[in-house]
Amino acid sequence: MTTIDSTPSPNSQKFIAASRRFFRWLKTPHVVLSLIMLVVMFYMVVIPLYRMVVTTVTWQPRDLVTNPSAVVGELTIFHYVRMLTGTLGKIYMYTPLMHSMTIAIGATVLSLLIGGSLAWLVVRTDMPGRKLVNQLALIPYIMPSWTLAQAWLVFFKSTSLSGGTPGVYEFFFGVAPPTWLSYGPVPIIICSALHYYTFFFLFVSAALMSIDSSLEEAGDLMGASRWRILRKITLPLVIPAILSGFIMTFSKVLGTFGGPNILGTPVRYYVVATMIRGSMGVGDTADGFLLAIVLISFSIITIWINQRLIGTRKSYETIGGRGFMAQVSKLGSIKNILFVLSIIFQILVIVIPLGLLIWSSLMLQDGNFSLGNLSLQHWIGERGTIYNHGEPGVLLNPKIYRTAWNSIRLSLWTALFTALLGVVLGYAIVKGRGTRLSKLVEQLAYIPYVIPGIAFGAVYIAMFIKPLGPIPALYGTFTLLVVVSVAKHIPYSSRSGVSAMMQVGRELEEAGQISGADFWQRFRRIIFPLTSAGFVAGFLLTFITTMRELSLIILLVTPKTQVLASQTMFYIENGDGQMANIVILILIAITLVGNLIIGRFRGGSLKKGLGM
Amino acid sequence: METTIEIKNLTKKFGEVIAINNVSLTIQPGAFLTLLGPSGCGKTTLLRCIAGLEDPDGGEIYIDDKLVFSYEKGISLPPGQRDLGLVFQNYALWPHMKVDKNITFALEIQKMPKEEMKERVKEALAEVQMEGYEDRYPREMSGGQQQRIALARMLAYSPKVFLMDEPLSNLDARLRMDMRSEIKRLHHVAKATTVYVTHDQVEALTMSTTIGIMKEGVLQQVDTPDRIYHYPANLFVADFIGNPKVNLLDGTIKGKNLIQIGDFTISMDTFAASGNKVVAVRPEDINILTDPDPEAVEFTTYSVLPAGADSTIIAKRGKIEITIKVMGISTIAMDQKIWLKFNSDTMNLYDKETGNLISS
Repeated sequence: MTTIDSTPSPNSQKFIAASRRFFRWLKTPHVVLSLIMLVVMFYMVVIPLYRMVVTTVTWQPRDLVTNPSAVVGELTIFHYVRMLTGTLGKIYMYTPLMHSMTIAIGATVLSLLIGGSLAWLVVRTDMPGRKLVNQLALIPYIMPSWTLAQAWLVFFKSTSLSGGTPGVYEFFFGVAPPTWLSYGPVPIIICSALHYYTFFFLFVSAALMSIDSSLEEAGDLMGASRWRILRKITLPLVIPAILSGFIMTFSKVLGTFGGPNILGTPVRYYVVATMIRGSMGVGDTADGFLLAIVLISFSIITIWINQRLIGTRKSYETIGGRGFMAQVSKLGSIKNILFVLSIIFQILVIVIPLGLLIWSSLMLQDGNFSLGNLSLQHWIGERGTIYNHGEPGVLLNPKIYRTAWNSIRLSLWTALFTALLGVVLGYAIVKGRGTRLSKLVEQLAYIPYVIPGIAFGAVYIAMFIKPLGPIPALYGTFTLLVVVSVAKHIPYSSRSGVSAMMQVGRELEEAGQISGADFWQRFRRIIFPLTSAGFVAGFLLTFITTMRELSLIILLVTPKTQVLASQTMFYIENGDGQMANIVILILIAITLVGNLIIGRFRGGSLKKGLGM
Repeated sequence: METTIEIKNLTKKFGEVIAINNVSLTIQPGAFLTLLGPSGCGKTTLLRCIAGLEDPDGGEIYIDDKLVFSYEKGISLPPGQRDLGLVFQNYALWPHMKVDKNITFALEIQKMPKEEMKERVKEALAEVQMEGYEDRYPREMSGGQQQRIALARMLAYSPKVFLMDEPLSNLDARLRMDMRSEIKRLHHVAKATTVYVTHDQVEALTMSTTIGIMKEGVLQQVDTPDRIYHYPANLFVADFIGNPKVNLLDGTIKGKNLIQIGDFTISMDTFAASGNKVVAVRPEDINILTDPDPEAVEFTTYSVLPAGADSTIIAKRGKIEITIKVMGISTIAMDQKIWLKFNSDTMNLYDKETGNLISS
């Protein structure tokens, strides 16, 4: 007779213990959150990228026109052959790519020169008025990136090309400015650099502030010349900061749409960003995606080469840290001249462009800069006039109010979700520090950073044009705009979340654990209150950047989901440039208010919240 | 109310590094056990394993016969269910809560009635002599006051086990003295089994009923302070405990109860051992004579360091250097001849190979 052994065998006991340990690990809050974040980011970043690639290597319905024998959905290299070879390749791919690279490199170098020198003047010299220069240096970045491009046109617009109306220059001098000055790479590079130099300014001045000047003094004592010290000691120390600025500026300019569309398209100076829009506009989705893939690859390769060259692994991290008593260079007699030059520069970049936009918005007829032409038609004009295709003035235009509401709504939702993701990502990454899971989350969160704005938008068309799993087809919906904006902000939110969470010592949560608090109680009563100041700051910052984001959403907006930023572009393309200028001014006003609020919060409660 | 903690074969790894290596330890009810060792020896990790803040990679922990952790059975109770309190090195007071909220946090989770909570706060603050500080934020208090509040936070919910992780290391020397007696008193009154982590041997010697000395994740000796000081189990413990440091002299056994050190011999109980040994003698256990003595060895003073209550004298003979501690301010000059008398009762003999104490 056989008996059934009721005690479990040693093996099954081991299995039970191992599975208990596994589930305990799985239930650890940071593991749960990491896994959730992985799924979220998988949906928001990885799947869209994958879908985009698939679209470019399969036959699309549209291809049936040229290839009747093709079977939709089957694998093909047709798009690659078409876009990468022959005349079409040259027109659609190589020339725009050359243009994009020219602009990106040109603007990045120019930004470095402007931002770097301003930072050095402000941080390390005895130039008067440094505080003022410091504050003004941030303003160009607060304005939408294509503000300067639009102002440039008000001044340098030329009738020599296609007729139309003259700019200030032509109106007063009677001759059209040379075309290379009005349109094309030169103005695009200048306008982009004058917007994006802020990155370099911020990164380099933070780095300069954190350099212990005793390092330089040591060189000084050994008899090195000032130039030699700058080259051999200071520069290597700020290289990581310069690299951060480089990556950020380069990838932003590469994916920027506004400036090239305003200043390049009129002379058929196409960049990849404008080509993507063009291809998408006529329904060549696969071609547009292909261009986007090329843009992403170039962005990634450039960043990779950079990190290789410099050899800094974590170079994208900004340099913070405490300010040492920095030694200040005596400028001597030229210090006042440099101050005046800095201020003149900032007037040129801020006051003149805004003045031009206001002036242009007050002209009844575009291009007539005489006083008699001043009018409020574009601001508060009646409906049904010959101006602006019969649209009423901006302030009486229900469409503008709808659009502005969309902008605010979009920015609020994006800011809310981004700030929330920031807290969750920060917690998951910081608590899991040193584990592979945490590293994976951190790396995945970095991906959107290297994908240029317009390409990221394109990625999202690929993702949500059809339903996917539990997610319905989102194309054309307002939700999609929120999703794409949140996704693009993931790198920033994870970074600010991590730094906020680093401020909260792990003992503070552990003390809660010892007291018997479960995760939700610890989160609600300890972690969140201690990170809320960072939460609010992140919220407001995202609010501002989303408000003036164009490249990211230009491919995704529909008439119903129009926002202020995209509205300006449609006005410009419609020939209603003056309406566009008013909308830009409104955008700037809203972001400036947001910026003021940020100043309040950062100063007040960050310190208080941390008990310092 | 008195609680036993039993640790069996506990192992904890961080990647490739073994922080705790197969540690077994029984902590008697009401004991004040101090884990002492250099930084990185695993003492804090062991404490955190008891608390449940780390998941060990092997072994078992019982608190009062309750299995709170077992690797083999896959059991690990969360910290909140182990009925213990922990005082952190940096106090870990919640900066956004006032003192009373800090103290009632755990009580609120236990859903204690409001009135009773108020009572508890009062009692706890009285116990640490911080009455009337309910409405302060942590940042409005000094380090010593914050430490007292951290103690009160633990006392308020009267856990069965007190855990303390270098609670005094952030305080200045004077406050540390005060808090030592304060904590010893609290333990005496509450009688809760206490595990205290420190790298400060004076703290360990003055406060504990039992000291456990750790090195590289291994418990070297668990004993009373008296035995740890006078009968260190191995050379590491002998060398680690005592200030100034113990004198370790290489010697060779020359017949029964006679040891050759350098060019002189001293007599002590050699327990019938033979071969190369190390003699350990505490600086305060050596007598200094200023005149020749047949039972003493001639040395020359190298440096004399009076420090008020006591003086430290470094003396040399050839390559042999010896530290001696005497009470009061020494009148001995530098480069003076002195005769040192070793007392065979106060010396310990160690095996040179294994480093272990030879006792019988």
